[in-house]
Amino acid sequence: MSQKPLAPAIEGWFTMDDQPRLIGTQCCACSTYFFPKQTRYCRNPDCDSTEFKEVELSRTGHVWSYTNACYKPPAPFVAAEPFEPYTLAAVTLEHEKMTVLGQVVRGVNVADLKVGMAMELVLEPLHETEDDIKMTWKWRPMADQGEQR
Amino acid sequence: MSNEVAIIGAGMHPWGKWGHNFVEYGVAAAREALADAGIPWRDVGFVSGGATVRCGYPGYVAGATFAQALGWQGCEVNTSYAACASGSQALAAARNKILAGACDVAVVIGADTTPKGFLAPAGGYRPEDPDWVRFYLGITNPTYFALYARRRMDVYGDTLEDFAAVKVKNSLIGSKNPRARYRKCFTAEDVAASAMVADPLRLMDICATSDGGAALILCSAEYARRIGKADAPRIAAISTVTPSFASAVVEMPDIATDSAAAAGIEAHSFRAALPVKAYEEAGIGPEDVDLAEVYDLSTALELDWIEDLQLTPRGEAAHYLRRGDTAVGGKIPVNPSGGLACFGEAVPAQALAQVCELVWQLRGECGDRQVQGARVGITANQGLFGHGSSVIIKR
Repeated sequence: MSQKPLAPAIEGWFTMDDQPRLIGTQCCACSTYFFPKQTRYCRNPDCDSTEFKEVELSRTGHVWSYTNACYKPPAPFVAAEPFEPYTLAAVTLEHEKMTVLGQVVRGVNVADLKVGMAMELVLEPLHETEDDIKMTWKWRPMADQGEQR
Repeated sequence: MSNEVAIIGAGMHPWGKWGHNFVEYGVAAAREALADAGIPWRDVGFVSGGATVRCGYPGYVAGATFAQALGWQGCEVNTSYAACASGSQALAAARNKILAGACDVAVVIGADTTPKGFLAPAGGYRPEDPDWVRFYLGITNPTYFALYARRRMDVYGDTLEDFAAVKVKNSLIGSKNPRARYRKCFTAEDVAASAMVADPLRLMDICATSDGGAALILCSAEYARRIGKADAPRIAAISTVTPSFASAVVEMPDIATDSAAAAGIEAHSFRAALPVKAYEEAGIGPEDVDLAEVYDLSTALELDWIEDLQLTPRGEAAHYLRRGDTAVGGKIPVNPSGGLACFGEAVPAQALAQVCELVWQLRGECGDRQVQGARVGITANQGLFGHGSSVIIKR
């Protein structure tokens, strides 16, 4: 990996520190969480609020399901050459009661995962540009596995 | 019910990768449906088209495009777009027009010409569009199908052999359907030998995109009686209900589900809501259903749909499959047309193609594919963001 500076692949969607968290919003009236951020209208059918506060979401959760990508996706995905398959997971955040998709860190394969496994959020490169390395959130199995479905 | 709408004609242009203008398929399907109904084009008062977004402006105004191609004769037109559920919404528009008394006869048409390869989003840097975001992060359509499939394996104990068995079942029956694109009888070994796309799904577990066209002729009960078709299959229900917040299953093209954290909010599975409304509207239950055409975008998804339609208890669809209960000749035949496995998906035509199959089955015209004594059929289909459709036809 080059010495280029690190930059978020999508600005403002997650923190860039060692214990990264996704940045969502929470409705000031009904407390519903949103990721990606919802800032204009609440999607709870019983709430017509337009007030939201930015919140950092839980950085751990449990696997809802998982798969991989064996073929190179089309643009705007930027693929390494040659293309390397990667693993994906849908992880449920218990506190927010929502499930978030993301890639799984390099080196972890489908065979290493199971529904209910504890996962944590980390950052890894998504792709490189001329100026910087675009980072994204990825899921990583936690060393301490408290399993549940 | 006296105010039910009858389906007096059905027609299809065979599915394939023909590479022609989509209008040609739509016209062929409409003419076949008109001939099937035995009525002249000039009797049609309403053309309801399913839009296609890949064929330029004529596709956006499909209703008018088909009306022009069939020859302007002064009828009214409508175009509906709801991704894969477009056909059902076009069907609903036609039914409502007839039930409102605004016309006697309507034709519903969907047709598509599809490009090769992955379906890709519009270009640029557009993080406000979930479809753009998910492709940027490497999440393609098969990702979603594979997440559902893997969850079945871990939670219900479904196996790769079960998924392959869906393909084998559908290809066997589809081989007898002259309108299907793929008519080879594939084996479990063929499926296992095909390339892995999104583990656990292989190339042969996932449906292709196809060219095709389908059309239906709808009319009032009075018109059907007048032309001697009082016993034609009738539309008992069309459900296009949305999921209820909070939708708990992550659905294409979203990268996250709703949050069910707020007080009084429960998490719901989106697919299960569609048939509930359809059964309610039809005044029947899953025990009354003789056959189903469901949206097998993947082999595993057929099993999900069977449970969502309540044709089997949750988690037991694979048991029914293993016993042959979902094959023609079994307890509850699913996808006697061969399904998307044999057709590939022609987006705005597909939901109508499902209804065409039900119409022919209920009329007992399906030959080697016939479900004996079929009186009630149901379809299930999904669009984007978790909305979709379910249609019940009875005779």
